[in-house]
Amino acid sequence: MADVQEYKQVRRYETFSYLPPLSAEQTRAQIQYIIAQGWNPAVEHIEPNRPFTYYWYMWKLPMFGERNADTVLAEIEACRREYPNHLIRLIGYDNYTQSQGLSFVVHRGS
Amino acid sequence: MAGKYEAGVKEYRQTYWAPDYVPLDSDILACFKIVPQPGVDREEAAAAVAAESSTGTWTTVWTDLLTDLDYYKGRAYRIEDVPGDDTSFYAFVAYPIDLFEEGSVVNVFTSLVGNVFGFKAVRSLRLEDVRFPLHYVMTCNGPPHGIQVERDKMDKYGRPMLGCTIKPKLGLSAKNYGRAVYEALRGGLDFTKDDENVNSQPFMRWRDRFLFVADAIHNAEAQTGERKGHYLNVTAPSPEEMYERAEFAKELRMPIIMHDYLTGGFCANTGLARWCRKNGVLLHIHRAMHAVIDRNPHHGIHFRVLTKALRLSGGDHLHTGTVVGKLEGDRASTLGWIDLLRESYIPEDRNRGIFFDQDWGAMPGAFAVASGGIHVWHMPSLLAIFGDDAVFQFGGGTLGHPWGNAAGAAANRVALEACVEARNRGVDVEKEGKAILTNAARHSPELKIALETWKEIKFEFDTVDKLDVQNR
Repeated sequence: MADVQEYKQVRRYETFSYLPPLSAEQTRAQIQYIIAQGWNPAVEHIEPNRPFTYYWYMWKLPMFGERNADTVLAEIEACRREYPNHLIRLIGYDNYTQSQGLSFVVHRGS
Repeated sequence: MAGKYEAGVKEYRQTYWAPDYVPLDSDILACFKIVPQPGVDREEAAAAVAAESSTGTWTTVWTDLLTDLDYYKGRAYRIEDVPGDDTSFYAFVAYPIDLFEEGSVVNVFTSLVGNVFGFKAVRSLRLEDVRFPLHYVMTCNGPPHGIQVERDKMDKYGRPMLGCTIKPKLGLSAKNYGRAVYEALRGGLDFTKDDENVNSQPFMRWRDRFLFVADAIHNAEAQTGERKGHYLNVTAPSPEEMYERAEFAKELRMPIIMHDYLTGGFCANTGLARWCRKNGVLLHIHRAMHAVIDRNPHHGIHFRVLTKALRLSGGDHLHTGTVVGKLEGDRASTLGWIDLLRESYIPEDRNRGIFFDQDWGAMPGAFAVASGGIHVWHMPSLLAIFGDDAVFQFGGGTLGHPWGNAAGAAANRVALEACVEARNRGVDVEKEGKAILTNAARHSPELKIALETWKEIKFEFDTVDKLDVQNR
């Protein structure tokens, strides 16, 4: 058994939460992907003890029609400054499917 | 005004061969591949198939004259060569929509693939494709929830989902089985699955399985913070028992159940799909017996037709083959029926074996399920082939990990997310697959071991049922 490792249980946050936290450049690339798909970026946040709920607090409103990744990154940063302990996720709203094309946690709390 | 009654046998072509007929938008259209008996010419064979799958019988009967048979009959309206095959030909048949009960996949298939398949004038017969007019589609229930609603309920966005069939497929006790489910889910899978053979055997009765699996799911959800499900197989000897099992799954707040739509039958499946929509339970569909029906290129029903039958009858997931794993599947052809399962409008495309435009209107699409003989090394190809609206099921590829199910699940999840992250950055994941996985393994010892364990396994047998193309 010496070569078998135990699996350590940790909390996860759906898509990309099995990867190390994305760097700013990696996050920018995902924002650009959201924009290129024609989806609308949105930022949401929540207290770290209840991520399981469907509805998180919206940070302002979804950024409808936003084409600039820097604007989105700036809103993520503003949200993080306001709520440094919160989980923050980035969503790409797909109005064609009436669903979310992408959603992942960009800030896992401090 | 009807003609005079003349008893006796007429050639089918006199009544059922109609090369000038222009199909109506509301007609159900079928393409059959026919190998006629020696001495039977193409027009006669095509007309015979049209007759025997609609109004005709072998001899004229006086009661034919009490109705407007010209309105109700099926018509063979076109014949085409099969590329690369001189023994057979394609016959296109149009059926008026009135021939079929609304919303009944059962009734459509009883006609189209009923007695006609044993008919002596044809040596063999295969139903290649069926065009269901939107008029008919709208009478069917379809998938209970569909892709978008399932994503919303399960909170899974921007990636395919991951599943795993619990093994050994037969013989585990309910409590040990629940352990295997729990380990796979806590490690990072979205779903686990009852194997199709798991119903309610002496070694594990269904109610015990449901109870232990429910405990596994609720705990895995609490500990990971993610939503989880297990396809509880409610396929049963009778509809009453099927519904009893479904009701208990709902009582346990299970998000998804499972049915085998071919062995269970279209009637049971349609009923269960309606129950699922009414009760807010997702429906995973297995396809045991399909290869008996769809594998022979000259006889049976092509899987693209069985896919359409399932979408009409109802299911939120359907197994479609993997292209890359241990089971049969030609890539272009598989992509064709994956589109038929998921998209809302699929144009005719002979290069993918699609014979008709198919309009599903507002009917939801279902997830394609790739399962069988796949492991982490296949992840880049699977993502490239299937895109996001799919479930990749690694049975042995999860449970066979040297450190156990949880580690196997985590390895698969890391591999998947690394591929999705790279694809979104514009990387060609199939070409760069090895680099993506190797790089991701630097942060995941589970993935590193998985990559070492499964490196050499390949399934390189030739496909038996290929698309009909010249010079194959």
